[in-house]
Amino acid sequence: MRNVRLIARLDVKGPNLIKGIHLEGLRVIGSPNEHALRYYQQGADELIYMDCVASLYGRNSLREIVQSAAQDVFVPVTVGGGVRCVEDVTELLRCGADKVAVNTAAVARPQLISDIARRFGSQCVVLSIEAKQLSPGRWEAYTDNGRQRTGLDVIEWVRRGVELGAGEILLTSVDREGTRRGFDIPLVRAVTAEVSVPVIASGGMGKAEDLVEVVRQGEPDAVAMADILHYQRSTMQEVRRAAQAAGIAVRACEPA
Amino acid sequence: MSLPEVAVIDYGVGNLLSVRRALEHCGARVTVTAEHRAILSAPRVVLPGVGAFADGMAELRRRGLDQVAREVASRGVSLLGICLGMQMLLGESEEFGLTQGLGLIPGRVVAMNCAACDGRRLKIPHIGWSALILAKGRRRWAGSFLQQVRPAEAVYFVHSFTAQPSDPGHRIADCLYGDLTISAAVARENVVGCQFHPEKSGEVGLKVLRGFLRQ
Repeated sequence: MRNVRLIARLDVKGPNLIKGIHLEGLRVIGSPNEHALRYYQQGADELIYMDCVASLYGRNSLREIVQSAAQDVFVPVTVGGGVRCVEDVTELLRCGADKVAVNTAAVARPQLISDIARRFGSQCVVLSIEAKQLSPGRWEAYTDNGRQRTGLDVIEWVRRGVELGAGEILLTSVDREGTRRGFDIPLVRAVTAEVSVPVIASGGMGKAEDLVEVVRQGEPDAVAMADILHYQRSTMQEVRRAAQAAGIAVRACEPA
Repeated sequence: MSLPEVAVIDYGVGNLLSVRRALEHCGARVTVTAEHRAILSAPRVVLPGVGAFADGMAELRRRGLDQVAREVASRGVSLLGICLGMQMLLGESEEFGLTQGLGLIPGRVVAMNCAACDGRRLKIPHIGWSALILAKGRRRWAGSFLQQVRPAEAVYFVHSFTAQPSDPGHRIADCLYGDLTISAAVARENVVGCQFHPEKSGEVGLKVLRGFLRQ
């Protein structure tokens, strides 16, 4: 049985770790790397850094942050936000990233997914999707942190992205993000049923039971959490123990 | 006490920063280099790697580093191959036709065969954390570079091909993926390799690197 990966997600704006609701109304939480180190020591299976204003301003401020995280964080790191071309990817990998997440630039030019996959392998390309529900069973993909509509149907876009070479899907429900109301399970299930690449469910985790529920009903390969960790409402160890107690396969891990 | 020294072979592929930082974290003095002399004078050598076998071998050959790696091995210097670096220690690979490897550990690198698995679909590449188990016929890891690791501790894998050493005695650790038994760590005297990424495997990975540095 595959272990479900528990991922700490860090949304970053400039030098700060931030958190919003529906990806908006951002509040400063603190230093991204202090939090990253804490989550690593608590046993996070992976980290995701997202620069949430990069597309808006056409830049990515994550290079220094990722470079300094590589000093003492020894788990896989995904970096997203403002990745526009193969050179951006080369640069981020050189700074210590293992995978890059693309959204806005891939919507504008889907070929970017193939370009990155051909150069660095599919395992390196994460297609980040910000989904908003249109009607039951239908979702639209957004860009620029849930601000811009694309007109793309999430399921069709996921299918196309995987055909182009995306090796993983970071699936964020804009409706649930930051609300602590649990994951959008029909969305997760619709996407995992469609593609064979790993899917990371993101957005809405308020308590450990939310993870248990989405894993059982949506069958994602990984779950991303932010708010629940940032505000110290729970720790990675507590989440891991709750998953184990519910019979979910996760990595056996003792905190550092 | 002087720091253990390591040369990491730089042949133009992969994220070498993480390998360097992890080794430094374990107390090593690290040189990332493609220079033959620097590699041949190091007391320990790491051959990292990400990507396709044929590309990796071509990049090594283009820089004359295949010969250097063989010389490192024949001098009895500790050599650790990581991921593709481990696969390249073997004789040959079936990835995109048959490609010769370094031939330091007899065996072949083959595609992971999904058909061998049970009804549940098995995702390839194998990406994620899997528990290390003792290879068949092995009772413990004492004396190997995994000496500080306990069976069932998990490490991080990213790969679609898998090494099959022809001598079972060269298999140190395996992991299970679906119904597949994957060779996770190999050793033949001073030449060792791991299919997983110790630099991305948290504290367990650091124990593997410390074990290598102490050999």
